[in-house]
Amino acid sequence: MDALVRSANEPRATEARGWSDSVDLTIDRVSKTFGAAAALHETSLKIEGGELVALLGPSGSGKTTLLRIIAGLEFPNTGRILFDQDDASALTVQQRNIGFVFQNYALFRHMRVLDNIGFGLKVRPFFRRPSAAAIRKRAEELLELVQLSGLGRRYPTQLSGGQRQRVAFARALATEPRILLLDEPFGALDAKVRKELRRWLREIHDTTGHTTLFVTHDQEEAMELADRVVVMSQGRIEQAGTPDEIYDAPNSPFVFSFIGESSVLPVNVKSGEVLLDGVPLAIDPGDTAEGAASLYFRPHEVELVEAGTGAIEGIVESLRRSGRSRFAEIAVPGIGRFEIEIIAESVLNSGDPVSVLPRRWRLYADASRGGADA
Amino acid sequence: MTLAASAGRWRWKEPSVIPGFGLALGFSLTYLGLIVLLPLAALLLNAASLGWSGFWDIMLEPRTLAALRLSFLAALFAASVNAVFGLIIAWAFVRYDFPGRRLFDALVDLPFALPTAVAGIALTALYAPNGPIGGLLAPLGIKVAYTPLGIVIALIFIGLPFVVRTVQPVLEDLDKELEEAAATLGASRFRTLRSVILPALMPAILTGFTLALARAVGEYGSVIFIAGNIPYVSEIAPLLITIRLEEFNYAGATAIGAAMLMISFSLLLLIHLIQLWQRRRFTHG
Amino acid sequence: MANANLASTPPLGEAAIAPLLPPAHSKTSATGEKAATRWTLIAIAIGFLALFVLLPLGAVFAEAFRAGFGAYWEAVSEPDAVAAIKLTLLAAGIAVPANLVFGIAASWAIAKYEFRGKSLLNTLIDLPFSISPVISGLIYILLFGAQSVLGPFLREHGIEIVFALPGIVLATIFVTFPFIARELIPLMQEQGTAEEEAALTLGASGWRTFWHVTLPNIRWALLYGVILCNARAMGEFGAVSVVSGHIRGETNTMPLHVEILYNEYNFAAAFAVASLLALLALLTLIVKLVLEWLYADQIAGTRRH
Repeated sequence: MDALVRSANEPRATEARGWSDSVDLTIDRVSKTFGAAAALHETSLKIEGGELVALLGPSGSGKTTLLRIIAGLEFPNTGRILFDQDDASALTVQQRNIGFVFQNYALFRHMRVLDNIGFGLKVRPFFRRPSAAAIRKRAEELLELVQLSGLGRRYPTQLSGGQRQRVAFARALATEPRILLLDEPFGALDAKVRKELRRWLREIHDTTGHTTLFVTHDQEEAMELADRVVVMSQGRIEQAGTPDEIYDAPNSPFVFSFIGESSVLPVNVKSGEVLLDGVPLAIDPGDTAEGAASLYFRPHEVELVEAGTGAIEGIVESLRRSGRSRFAEIAVPGIGRFEIEIIAESVLNSGDPVSVLPRRWRLYADASRGGADA
Repeated sequence: MTLAASAGRWRWKEPSVIPGFGLALGFSLTYLGLIVLLPLAALLLNAASLGWSGFWDIMLEPRTLAALRLSFLAALFAASVNAVFGLIIAWAFVRYDFPGRRLFDALVDLPFALPTAVAGIALTALYAPNGPIGGLLAPLGIKVAYTPLGIVIALIFIGLPFVVRTVQPVLEDLDKELEEAAATLGASRFRTLRSVILPALMPAILTGFTLALARAVGEYGSVIFIAGNIPYVSEIAPLLITIRLEEFNYAGATAIGAAMLMISFSLLLLIHLIQLWQRRRFTHG
Repeated sequence: MANANLASTPPLGEAAIAPLLPPAHSKTSATGEKAATRWTLIAIAIGFLALFVLLPLGAVFAEAFRAGFGAYWEAVSEPDAVAAIKLTLLAAGIAVPANLVFGIAASWAIAKYEFRGKSLLNTLIDLPFSISPVISGLIYILLFGAQSVLGPFLREHGIEIVFALPGIVLATIFVTFPFIARELIPLMQEQGTAEEEAALTLGASGWRTFWHVTLPNIRWALLYGVILCNARAMGEFGAVSVVSGHIRGETNTMPLHVEILYNEYNFAAAFAVASLLALLALLTLIVKLVLEWLYADQIAGTRRH
């Protein structure tokens, strides 16, 4: 850990290399089916050169499929992939010159670490292949970049999970790829190593400047690491934006509930008012369509207020302590339950009536997408 | 929309970036076709050309029937012996440690590796009336060599590894917690064996039994030396095929060959059904 | 181990001195058997193996040297025996590489791709395992023999298949057909395609990927399969017997030579040649054992055949 922090402040040999030209990546109306099931519906996305972007979604949302299509490991049914202005769709995986880090690293188990890293250079056609000494030198440099100097003679099985991850990363960087693609890069690691490597990846990215796309199902990882987060669900991009945009202005119930904690209550929008069980709330529906809607808010973004001020009236059903704060489960008779986060020292007890007013919230009409917020 | 069109299209292969599919599959199918399928088809076509009545005339000859019956019954008997002792051997190797265990474990594979003709003459030397074992049994009035009993001995030898090698891995994977659970529920050791372990091993035992049976029905090399080869008594079906061939009686050889092929296919089907049953029973969904 | 079992019955005195303590070792564990049961089962297992496997193996060598070492050497060095040894080596030398190439191609197709009819192909590969060796020979007689449809054509062009080397090789290939594919398919399925995909993303061509990534990953399983395939190829009797025509010094392989000598009541010579084959079998088992010891994880032991 110390080594990681220290080395971030030291000048690095690689900085002088003039790393990547930061290729723009365009995904143009790509769709893909497996058998009868659609894995990706016409999906478009533009990624600027040098961006670090997370593809975030639950399993089966199509994020890995999209990543493999960009790499050329899967073939889309329709659509194009552009690297800058070049159409990469017609290129084979070898010609695309991408760096791909596999979920379980896919290190060549019979090769030593240095041979793994040098493989991409060694298999180049004769006239583009560096000398054996140059390949070795480059592999050593990369090993230093990923802070594993001295482990070059080991076999992959003799490394820890985190070390393997870094070797896989170095191997992908060795061929000076136009773009870096990482499939669940930290998925197989335990929580502590995961946090360390997250920071490490950010530092490496800032050094090398590759356009980088990584797949994850861990929202914390995506929000902390990425410049931009692309939330996917059921083969569609739900929302693409900065972590702030995604968290503060989720554009669909799915994004709201997938990112962070959320509470939800069914309401009705009628003539400019939001009604909960027929009682108007002190909430402005904005341009939300009339009819049934869902009111979303974060459990920690609420205030306890006086009764009868257009607040949500309910009864404390249970309380549980969680770290520094306390969660209260509030029942609204006949409507449903939701959770709020209150200070640990709160004097609320089970059975107490409470009035809750969300400080920030979003309202989604049930039938359609989009919504209004506070 | 293009999506709907492509979703419904019948595809016989999932696209893959890994090159070489055409070459690998093309070569495999050609080789399989030329070496295995074409010659087998030749046998079946030859059999078909005999016609229904021609085929049955040969099959119903007493000598043919006696040979097929002997081959099948001796194989059945040998496979049953192997099922019982194979289970005991597998159990002893997996559950107990004793001096020489690894050596004996390795020996189980010998019948796979030892040429059948070598096994045949060795068993004959042992069980002939003047041999070391035959000599012991002769005073008791038990004749082994040159009788159906000798055939069974040879078939036990060549079928031995099948049950051991199919049961062993299943027994190794068997969760000891199952037995512990049965014990905590008050089951005696014998009861646990009978109601918990044996049912879990059953598919493997049956698979091994059927493999041993299939191998034994067609066995030739290890049997012909010890059998004595007396028509109607100790003449096995594969030997009868070679006799018919030496008589240039190709129709006779073909008919018996086709019948035995059918037995093989039925046993193969049986193995598949056992494995299907096993998967159904032991996996979810 | 033996000592531990002796300790399981504590001396009487000990129980008398400490009657309140539970007799620590007298209960068998919940998942074990009583010592008596255990040793009975072990004795049955060893006895059965000794009787049916060890004894016949011993008999081969005992009979081979019964007439002395001189007779032994004479039997294995006379011209017909040497011709048989050469033919056996030649037939195996063609059959094993042929099945090696097939094994790699078939396992590549089956393990690395998803396509319809895959399980059928997988089943067909196993077919020769369950077919009688005599039938394995018979089918080539019916296909290429003098009486067959092809017979007149072959005779006209002077092509000898049956009762000649090609027939012996074909029968040997048929009988040993599945061995190598059987070892490779489960292993390659387990290894998946990630490493190949990684090599491709790094710019490697298909052939390079195969040579540098796939082949090193399967080399020990490949060797394992080759060893088993070879043992069976050299020892095959029934199928080769049917197609060979038993021409002494010409189409006799070692197992067939054993048969001829035996039927001529030349037992010592028969067992002498047989002992060479038994030696090959033992050697095969030893190499197999060593491979299993050293590379168990890289063979993915389906030890079924």
